[in-house]
Amino acid sequence: MSQHPDRPSDHASSHAADRASSHASNPPSGSPWMYIAGFVISIALTLGALWLALARQFSTEALLTVILILAILQIGVQMFFFMHVTESPRPQFNLWILGLGMFFTFVVIASSIWIMSFGGALGY
Amino acid sequence: MPTLLPHFPATFIVTGNPLIYGAEVSIVLATVGILFVLTYFKKWRWLWREWLTTVDHKKIAVMYLIAALLMFFRGGVDAMLMRTQLMQPNMHFLQAEHYNQIFTTHGTIMILFMAMPFIFAMFNIAVPLQIGARDVAFPYLNAVSFWLYFFAALLFNLSFVIGGSPDAGWVSYPPLAGLEFDPGPGENFYLLSLQITGIGSMATGINFMVTILKMRAPGMTLMRMPLFSWSVLASSILIIFAFPVLTVALALLLVDRLAGAHFFTMLQGGNPMMYVNLFWIWGHPEVYIVILPAFGIFSEVVSTFSGKRIFGYSSMVASLMTISVISYLLWVHHFYTMGAGPGVNSFFAVATMSVGIPTGVKVFNWLFTMYRGRIRLTVPMLWAIAFIPIFAIGGATGVMLAAAPADYQYHNSFFLIAHFHQVLIGGTVFGMLAGMYYWWPKMFGYMLNERIGRWAFWLFNGGFYVTFLPQYLLGLMGMTRRMYTYPADMGWNALNFISTIGAYVMGVGFIVLVLDVVYSIRYGERDVTGDPWNGRTLEWSLPSPAPHYNFARIPTVTSRDAWWTGKQARAKGDAPAPPEPLQPIHMPKNSGGPFILAVIFFIGGFGLVFNWYVLGLLALLGILVNLLLRSLDYDTDYYVPIEEIEHTEATLRRA
Ligand code: HEM
Ligand SMILES: [Cu+2]
Repeated sequence: MSQHPDRPSDHASSHAADRASSHASNPPSGSPWMYIAGFVISIALTLGALWLALARQFSTEALLTVILILAILQIGVQMFFFMHVTESPRPQFNLWILGLGMFFTFVVIASSIWIMSFGGALGY
Repeated sequence: MPTLLPHFPATFIVTGNPLIYGAEVSIVLATVGILFVLTYFKKWRWLWREWLTTVDHKKIAVMYLIAALLMFFRGGVDAMLMRTQLMQPNMHFLQAEHYNQIFTTHGTIMILFMAMPFIFAMFNIAVPLQIGARDVAFPYLNAVSFWLYFFAALLFNLSFVIGGSPDAGWVSYPPLAGLEFDPGPGENFYLLSLQITGIGSMATGINFMVTILKMRAPGMTLMRMPLFSWSVLASSILIIFAFPVLTVALALLLVDRLAGAHFFTMLQGGNPMMYVNLFWIWGHPEVYIVILPAFGIFSEVVSTFSGKRIFGYSSMVASLMTISVISYLLWVHHFYTMGAGPGVNSFFAVATMSVGIPTGVKVFNWLFTMYRGRIRLTVPMLWAIAFIPIFAIGGATGVMLAAAPADYQYHNSFFLIAHFHQVLIGGTVFGMLAGMYYWWPKMFGYMLNERIGRWAFWLFNGGFYVTFLPQYLLGLMGMTRRMYTYPADMGWNALNFISTIGAYVMGVGFIVLVLDVVYSIRYGERDVTGDPWNGRTLEWSLPSPAPHYNFARIPTVTSRDAWWTGKQARAKGDAPAPPEPLQPIHMPKNSGGPFILAVIFFIGGFGLVFNWYVLGLLALLGILVNLLLRSLDYDTDYYVPIEEIEHTEATLRRA
């Protein structure tokens, strides 16, 4: 527990870590409404993307762009409402891992678009 | 029945094949036998209290190890069947359909139900002890991971006798794996059991990342951490970022199959190639997920049995971390032939070749560690040394495959088969066997027999070359993978025959390995010191097996190879610091929750395999209730009193 000088008695701390996110050490700021709001917004963003794809009102490029924007918004919602990015007391590791996660997400999406467009040979 | 269980297939129990009848009879007999033994010896309570409800990482490690060895056996039998069928041209040992099922289950079992639990066994036994922790960060979740894996493996293996095995390859590409060409429940077994075990793997990745980042003993900075723990960190990062993609790919295919969606069909605007892309975004990191811990074990073993600290520690760490990032960026090399274009293929070809650089650094560091070391050729060390030439060849052929234009020739030939067995067996399997021999005394308190272990090693290692080197040539001669038989005039007969003989030798090697375990259970040398190998890292400072709370006092670490430097100082006559007073130890309570949760997952998965949505929904409800009950349960931990610690320590050290 080198990272938790503030909980000295808690050597095994298995329990503490198991519960850290719920109530043992960091009391969550706020009520279930935060979560419900996040949940509803996420669903709305997802259904929005689905509807746009089914409705086919835009050209492929425009559609991709709009869906990507909705996706980025949703990442923000998840980070803020569920992952509590803003509340971590010691963010060093979190920032590294978050950065790596963003990088991998970018790679997966950008390369998949690159790969699956087959050099423009495959029109959607 | 009809309303509750629509689509009840006429062929629920698989029939019509002597092998399967044999399996059905033996499954029934084995089940009855196990139930009888448990009841007769009144072991039910013991089983429940000591194993099924445990949250102790050391016991979970033992269960992972047993499961991995069992699955190794099942996958190995599949391999023997395939090699027997290919021994000679025009064999009629297996039908085409049956061969398809066997190569599918072989690949899936070896990767997901053998290699994964094997690395998790090593994670669990070594990481908390090496970093001076009393358990993993989330012990309850750790048990959830294990039981999800266990019941997923059960679900997958059940397909052999109920419903029929999957048969679209371990990659399960649509359209072949889609409803149109594969209507039976076999593919559903594949999809659902992989989903369930995938949840468990993801949780394990998170668990060990948090454990390593947050629960190191005071003074153990990251740059003092043993290399095995570093490799687990690298592997966990890959798990966390790769497995979600597999989940998505499998879920979309499942929706296609169960609900008639068209993500991966050719009609209705779907595109099966997207599945291939998603599968390998997971699939390539997956091979590094299983090889990195093996690298970590080789580092521990080579340094211990050379009597030297590892050469180039920081470059070892740097290459592990580099590999874990680069290996995420290579996946297209599995489908160059899909034809995404020269730009895409060249980019991924160059990226793929570049991963050879950090890997090469590691190989040289192991060699330099051995150089002028005082080498002890124990069984773990034999596996580690034998790994190096095999991995060198496997790496070289890998770079050949990475050259995109050339790969149009090699792809899906036996050249590829030889390549990946070379790295998976020579790397992961050798690494896990090295780790098993190395940590066995820590897990069980006695050593595995070295003499029998050597026999197993030489048979398996020798058989390996005989099996797989001819397959390179067969590949170059045009033999493609997944063909169930071949005509006599291709010039392939001799090489195939040799390869099959080699496979039998490996099979004998495996049997000798099992004999070693059985023999050592009775006659194995007791490990009374807790440090049988003259080790360097903290796990060897504890008695074998370690008490359930691991460390009576959490050690304070002042250097790399902490246990070794401590021993050196004591040998020089430095008196050890007087022990601090004991304190009550805070530990998690056992719980039946994880086991029950996994049983419900199993039931739900089984229901969905046969499109029994009612069962699926009931199970979903059960899962939610289980999770809810757990989050309302506050009675999850207790303190081990000082007297009990004193007593335990006295008994253990007295031995
Ligand atoms: C006794 C050792 C083994 C032998 C003799 C063996 C043999 C074979 C054979 C004959 C095939 C099928 C070739 C074909 O496509 O027709 C195969 C495929 C495969 N093996 Fe092994 N194998 C062994 C161990 C392993 C291990 C330890 C792993 C993984 C850790 C593994 C992973 C795979 C995979 C992923 C495939 C591809 C399955 C597919 O194409 O669907 N094998 N093996
Ligand atoms: Cu790959």
